[in-house]
Amino acid sequence: VHWLTTILIVLPVAGALLVAVMPLTSYWLGSLAALVSLIEIGVWITCASKFDFGSGALQLDQRASWFSDLQVSWHVGQYRFSLWIVGMSVVCMAACTIYGWWVGRDRGRAYFSLMLLLTGAIVGVFTAQDLLLFYAFFEAMLIPLYILIGVWGGAERLRATITFVVYTVVGSLLMLAAIIVFGLQQGTFDMTRIGTSSSTWLFLGFVVAFCIKSPIFPLHGWLPITYRESPAEVSAVLSGIVGKAGLYGLLRIAIPFFPGPVHDWRIVLLILGSISLVYGSLLAFRAPDFRGVVMYSSLAQAGLIVLGLFANNSLGFDGAVLQIVNHGLISTSLFLLAGMIERRTGTRGEFALLGGMARGRPALATVVMAVGIISLAVPLSTSFAGEFLILAGVFQQGWIWAVFGAVAIVLAAMYMLRAISGVLHQNVGAAVDDRARDLRLGELAIVVPLVLCLVGLSAWPNLVSGRSHANTPTELVAR
Amino acid sequence: VIAKPHVDWFALAPTLSLLAASGLLLMAAVLVPRQARRPVGAFLCFAGFVAAGIWAGFLDARSPGASAVVHDTMWRDRWGALAQVILAGCGAVSVLISYRERMRDEHVAEYYSLLAAAGAGMVFFVQAGNLMTLFLALEWFSISLYVLTAIDIDLIGSLEAGLKYLVVGAVGSATLLFGSALVYGITGQLAFDKIAAAGHAHDAMLVVGLAMIIAGLMFKSSAAPFHMWTPDAYQGAPTPVTAFMSSATKVAALVVTYRVLITAFPHDEHLWRWGIAIIACISLAWGNIGALVQRNVKRILAYSAVSHAGFILIAIAAANRLGGRALLYYLIPYCAMSLGAFAVVAARERELGVPVTLQNLAGFGWERPFLGVSMWVFMLGMLGFPLTGGFIGKFYVFAAAYDHGFWWLIVVGVVATMISAYYYLGIVRAMYFRDTAELRLAPAGGSPPQDLLLTSGVFISLVVTVGSFFAVQPLIDVAKSAAKALPF
Repeated sequence: VHWLTTILIVLPVAGALLVAVMPLTSYWLGSLAALVSLIEIGVWITCASKFDFGSGALQLDQRASWFSDLQVSWHVGQYRFSLWIVGMSVVCMAACTIYGWWVGRDRGRAYFSLMLLLTGAIVGVFTAQDLLLFYAFFEAMLIPLYILIGVWGGAERLRATITFVVYTVVGSLLMLAAIIVFGLQQGTFDMTRIGTSSSTWLFLGFVVAFCIKSPIFPLHGWLPITYRESPAEVSAVLSGIVGKAGLYGLLRIAIPFFPGPVHDWRIVLLILGSISLVYGSLLAFRAPDFRGVVMYSSLAQAGLIVLGLFANNSLGFDGAVLQIVNHGLISTSLFLLAGMIERRTGTRGEFALLGGMARGRPALATVVMAVGIISLAVPLSTSFAGEFLILAGVFQQGWIWAVFGAVAIVLAAMYMLRAISGVLHQNVGAAVDDRARDLRLGELAIVVPLVLCLVGLSAWPNLVSGRSHANTPTELVAR
Repeated sequence: VIAKPHVDWFALAPTLSLLAASGLLLMAAVLVPRQARRPVGAFLCFAGFVAAGIWAGFLDARSPGASAVVHDTMWRDRWGALAQVILAGCGAVSVLISYRERMRDEHVAEYYSLLAAAGAGMVFFVQAGNLMTLFLALEWFSISLYVLTAIDIDLIGSLEAGLKYLVVGAVGSATLLFGSALVYGITGQLAFDKIAAAGHAHDAMLVVGLAMIIAGLMFKSSAAPFHMWTPDAYQGAPTPVTAFMSSATKVAALVVTYRVLITAFPHDEHLWRWGIAIIACISLAWGNIGALVQRNVKRILAYSAVSHAGFILIAIAAANRLGGRALLYYLIPYCAMSLGAFAVVAARERELGVPVTLQNLAGFGWERPFLGVSMWVFMLGMLGFPLTGGFIGKFYVFAAAYDHGFWWLIVVGVVATMISAYYYLGIVRAMYFRDTAELRLAPAGGSPPQDLLLTSGVFISLVVTVGSFFAVQPLIDVAKSAAKALPF
């Protein structure tokens, strides 16, 4: 049992090394990577089956000293809420890896080993229980992403990688400085042993890094060019999973360990969250392309989740965790669909060239419609449940925040319906002809499981929210 | 009559084995037939470095306490022995990189002889126990390096680089000598520990002497503002020589700087701490900003060497429990990354026959997957990214600075790292993100020659770079016991 989390991290990394050296063709390397990512899901299911959801303690944990004079250790494990975030990540990573295989990315050896490496790093971020280990995984995510965008990205990819790297490196190095000071002050880097701190500087070091990653207004400057220039499945990873690492960091580190600064800065963060929410929604409403809508909606969703987190009560936390899982699945599906649409029309998803794709393409229309409807938080959907919990939580902080949230839900309906009709309905676009066929079986095999997860959660959101019960911050601090 | 001192031959064994190799190589230069000189020369030199490394390893194991040997002119301790192991490793890998370098056949044995002699000088240098041996060893390896830099007279700029290095290096040596004379003048002592015991800590003459000694040593470790020779010498020298200079010289100079400051000038600690901290800041700023505008990869790496001197000087400025081990730990992955990076540059240079720039590095990562991935790892390591020892090295250096209360040095270091991301990742970008077809680069004729020795040198560097990330505990234990030899 203790090895399970370690296996969850090491398996994709080992797979990446295997893919890097196996003398196979791109196609077979892709199938190997797909197989590894599916086994990874299997390992996660084993984790979930061994998990005691009644306990809020760290489980499936393993600890081994790394270097003892500064008390740094390999300590990994999962809390209730991290288990679900990890599950969402491995499912979405599998979908994205398989999509890369289906599309047949060139230079397959490099591509698939980087995707697997990324999987390992992401799982590491969500399970690390040592500050330095957390940082190592947090930075390790950047390495494959940099190459994935730079090699397989669009025409402006060089500029995109520079923007992306500058933002993230600035953030993460601030966090490194904060981690060093925090860890040395506490005498250990083990997150299960350190106590709270009242230093505003350290708090801000962490928060800035996490807000860049999420992203939260006004630190979202890297978002437009990076999401537009990345390959579709990498955008999916960025928005669906990597962004969640920032939100997870707020939940696991910034909020529990800095109660004083959280109290002082709560209003600022609630304001920034609200601005992200409303501003992101408005930008999404004005975006000229499908990806634009999806990426700005993920800015809005990050804002909403921050509202839930800084509501600082159990309703808000539960809602935030549920919404992290929801939005991971939704965003991954939408970016993959955007990639599929762009590929079959030969466009970059501009609404001016699209439209009328529903006619004669029932599978595409159904899937886009289903994901779109769930994402705009229609009642009975899982994102409705998540947003409701967040709004209920943040209402206790002041009705004004709930007003922002409610306004944004209306805006979400507007931008999402506009995007759906811009692609599926209205007049047939210039780029839409008979060569743009319906979704193929392989593509359905990638997105339908994601949609089924969403539908399943809609029917039973309690599966996550009842079994995550995001530990209240005080439970996560040892002393 | 001067009494003959007792000589501890064991403590001298690393130096002597390299000197023996150097002497044998000089004989080989005339006795061995021309076509066999290259393999014989490389083998002898490699064997010399390996022997020195093994002796130093034994020395490390057998010297639990520090003791002065050979009439107190040298120290036999773990601090020196560990540095010798690192130096010997650098030298051995440099030989692997050198083997296929296009050199005139008539020079090849002399080349290896000088390499071994430079190694011997450095190995002696890190054991130096008084100002006389310090200066002697410094000149010994410096003169070897001046010649090595200029040895390839067919290479454009090599001679110029050698001359620049000679002139600037001579200024550095003279400064060191002048400073030593001042210190001797006021204290009447040459041995480091006796200088400390002699008092006079606040005498202006001693402080001026201290400053000049620091300046002289900083010339060798290429810290700004004493780095003027670095870009030109690194660019002009044959690439294997650059690899050796950038790794081994830095180890020797910085390890000795720490030893001299701590053993000879403990009472002026408050002064040199600040001096070193300021030099560290200048190096970090100058090195990183200078590297931003370079196109030649060797020049980029030269400026990066300046900035790394800055990082290591942070550990020296901290000079506490963590500082010594941070210094020694940092040097291990740094040497591996530096050697490896220059080896990859050498491979590309031999392939194209022209100096390597960001422009003609394009597509390299796809053409030579192993070297490309290695270069990628080395660049990430220099940037201080996880999965390489560079990350842990920076972490330790910052931890040492924080432990002493120099938290602002962390801020400087972090800002410097942010800037350095641009050019380190720029090299990765050049290798992978454009391909040769896009740039219409003409290949230099045929597929590149297999170079097993260079590849194995890169492989060793890669293993050390990545391995030092995972095996932190054993390396830190070794560094810790080495740092205990010094009185902090």
